[in-house]
Amino acid sequence: MFGPEQGHFALALACVLALVQFAVPLWGANRRDARLVGLAPYLAVSQLLALGYSFLCLVMCAVSDDFSVQNVAANSAVSKPLLYKITGVWGNHEGSVLLWTLILAVCGGAVSLFGRNLPDILRGRVLAILGGVSAGFQMFCLLTSDPFERVFPAPMDGQGMNPLLQDPGLAFHPPILYTGYVGFAVPFAFAVAALIEGRVDAAWGRWVRPWAVAAWCFLTCGIALGSWWSYYVLGWGGYWFWDPVENASLIPWLTGTALVHSAIVVEKREGLKIWTVLLAIATFSFSLSGTFLVRSGILNSVHAFANDPARGVFILALLAIVIGGSLALFAWRAPSLTSTGLFSPVSREGSLVLNNILLCSICAVVVTGTMYPPFMQLLAGRTISVGKPFFDAATIPLTLPLLLAMGIGTALPWKRAQLARTFSHLYAAAGIAAIGLALCFWKLSGILPIACGALAIWVIAASVSDVLRRVGIGHTSAQGVWERMKNLPRSSWGAALAHIGAGITILGLCGMSQAEHAIVEVHIGETRSLAGDDWTLLDVHDYIGPNYKAMQADIAIRHNGKLVTILHPEKRDFTTQSQTTTEVAIHTNFITDLYGVVGDRHGTGKDTTYVLRLHRNPLAPWMWLGGLVMAIGGAFSLSDRRMRIGAPKRAAARNMARA
Amino acid sequence: MTRKTRRLWIVIACLACVGSAAALTLRAFSSNIVFFMAPSQVKANPPSPDRTIRLGGMVMAGSLHRINENGTPVNAFQVTDGQAAVEVHYTGILPDLFREGQSVVALGTVQKDGGFTASEVLAKHDETYMPKEVADELKRTGKWDPRFGKAPDASSWDTMTAKKAGG
Repeated sequence: MFGPEQGHFALALACVLALVQFAVPLWGANRRDARLVGLAPYLAVSQLLALGYSFLCLVMCAVSDDFSVQNVAANSAVSKPLLYKITGVWGNHEGSVLLWTLILAVCGGAVSLFGRNLPDILRGRVLAILGGVSAGFQMFCLLTSDPFERVFPAPMDGQGMNPLLQDPGLAFHPPILYTGYVGFAVPFAFAVAALIEGRVDAAWGRWVRPWAVAAWCFLTCGIALGSWWSYYVLGWGGYWFWDPVENASLIPWLTGTALVHSAIVVEKREGLKIWTVLLAIATFSFSLSGTFLVRSGILNSVHAFANDPARGVFILALLAIVIGGSLALFAWRAPSLTSTGLFSPVSREGSLVLNNILLCSICAVVVTGTMYPPFMQLLAGRTISVGKPFFDAATIPLTLPLLLAMGIGTALPWKRAQLARTFSHLYAAAGIAAIGLALCFWKLSGILPIACGALAIWVIAASVSDVLRRVGIGHTSAQGVWERMKNLPRSSWGAALAHIGAGITILGLCGMSQAEHAIVEVHIGETRSLAGDDWTLLDVHDYIGPNYKAMQADIAIRHNGKLVTILHPEKRDFTTQSQTTTEVAIHTNFITDLYGVVGDRHGTGKDTTYVLRLHRNPLAPWMWLGGLVMAIGGAFSLSDRRMRIGAPKRAAARNMARA
Repeated sequence: MTRKTRRLWIVIACLACVGSAAALTLRAFSSNIVFFMAPSQVKANPPSPDRTIRLGGMVMAGSLHRINENGTPVNAFQVTDGQAAVEVHYTGILPDLFREGQSVVALGTVQKDGGFTASEVLAKHDETYMPKEVADELKRTGKWDPRFGKAPDASSWDTMTAKKAGG
């Protein structure tokens, strides 16, 4: 019922359905044939069912330990816990490509189900584009990375999974991140459909924005989760390493953030149309090249490319078709789109334009820093790398004006603003920011952290004061405030929340720039102090876990003689994989993280010493908390009535039916 | 505000932002690019002590020992590319995947005495992967020809070099 052959067949079936989903509605839309266009949602849903069945088959193979399937034999083992048997399905190349196309099919299904109020032709074209992308990647999956390939003879047990990956944080990180990446396929499909149609209007902006916001929420969560995982699993005390895999997720996040903002201008003012279409194309293109070029290691090292040339060539051809094709269409059709909304530079639109320019400049810097080393290696044969110092020096100065504009932007009215009037709304926020600046001077060191910290406080204060002003605090009675609070659109609450979240994340980053650490070698019972806390190694003992041997240390932390906590960091030896992992111990009070790692044991008897690494990370949890608040803000604005596609239209249709 | 003046404003803002982004990038590139060097290259022309480089090679088998500098543990080991070996000092806990006879990349600076002080040590997650420079160096010296199968076990040619280098 759920064997690998069935799964393989269902995958092939889904691929054929996706091809039909690509060709028929496009042809139908061209001939204005409503019946052919109307097939698109049914095709999308059946493609989703076939692919879902295929994915279920792969999960069943992994759960039932079918080691005749090569993918399962290489990545699973009988002794692996059930949760990781399931999540291990997407922990490898083949499975992750299948998951990727499944999420794309889910997006297609969602457009079919929730997009009933879209014009039929537009919906048909959007689904056709999604089907075309789907078909390409399903073909990639079938031809070069088949997850259902059999091995003969089947091994008795699998090779098991990298113990580093056996972690709940990492288990759910890929699906969330992929949903973010793939979600931007929907705005992309809308953009291409609009280019084919040659029309972008306010309604288009209203349809695109929820999809962009949803994808953005998932991407934000995915990035935060990944960063949190590397913080507590890798045990280096770091949270972001600026390596190509991480940058591959940051780049579409930056353009996606720009897209979410510029789509507002299309919706409200019918401006920035061409730019928004270009951003939608760029965001998905970056997602695609990020996942496939960087993750497959093609750009990192020529080595990976040489291992399987077929894979690399296929991916490059696919990227060239999708990205090149959409950009060519853009070049051909974009001039026919004209903007109508006029605005002065000092206005809400103006601030959103500035936001877009700054975000795209930061994105350009990150792209340059990521792509320059591999290109240098290919062209000049020199191996170079750029790391944190480069990205800090190049991106932070561009972030400062962005933060400044974030606070002012939401206070500006549409079309034309009077600066004096706007500033009168911002006195309170500016005052709080000034206090924040003083606080930063006292607590932080370094010019950039101080500036960033003060501006983050400014963003939070401005967002809060904006909401307070809108609900009329200080101007109306409590009753009136309550009424206004209920009537304030959820998208305004969402925007304020998202901006506050960004401020919290920046504050966390500023705090982390002041992190302190010490590497010490101590005997049992010895005490070392770090930044006002006394860390005492109480005891170290060994124990045997389910599939590993562990060394656990007990470290007591005292502040002014008062016990704060006892940390239990571990070092685990996985004998079957001959691998060692570090289990970090973290104590947090949501202001400061105390982070302990136990390293090697040296000497014997009374002379035994242990190497410990002790970190004090101020405001570390705020970085991820801010990401969560941003995503909640996005979700909040998604629940806005105006964002629900075609809600007014549906009401109008009902009225018409009644009449 | 006419369409033309608005466009002018946008163009000015774009130029200002993109210009400053480019300036920042170039400035950051000029001071923060980190070059990859193999031990023989470091020996041949040592970079200045204020320049951060990435040193890549194999950890020479049997070279890892520890020095205790007033309570701070320092790991010392030799990194080789089959031609020359460089002594690396690293304060901290070596990564879990660090092994003698396997590849390693260290980030740090070359000291005046020719030793290397690492601020970060990375062990490759893929244990079969060998830094390209090291592979080229092995090919050049005739210790390995990729046409005749996989590279020799690192521990064998590391010890070989250790003897040659007098260690």
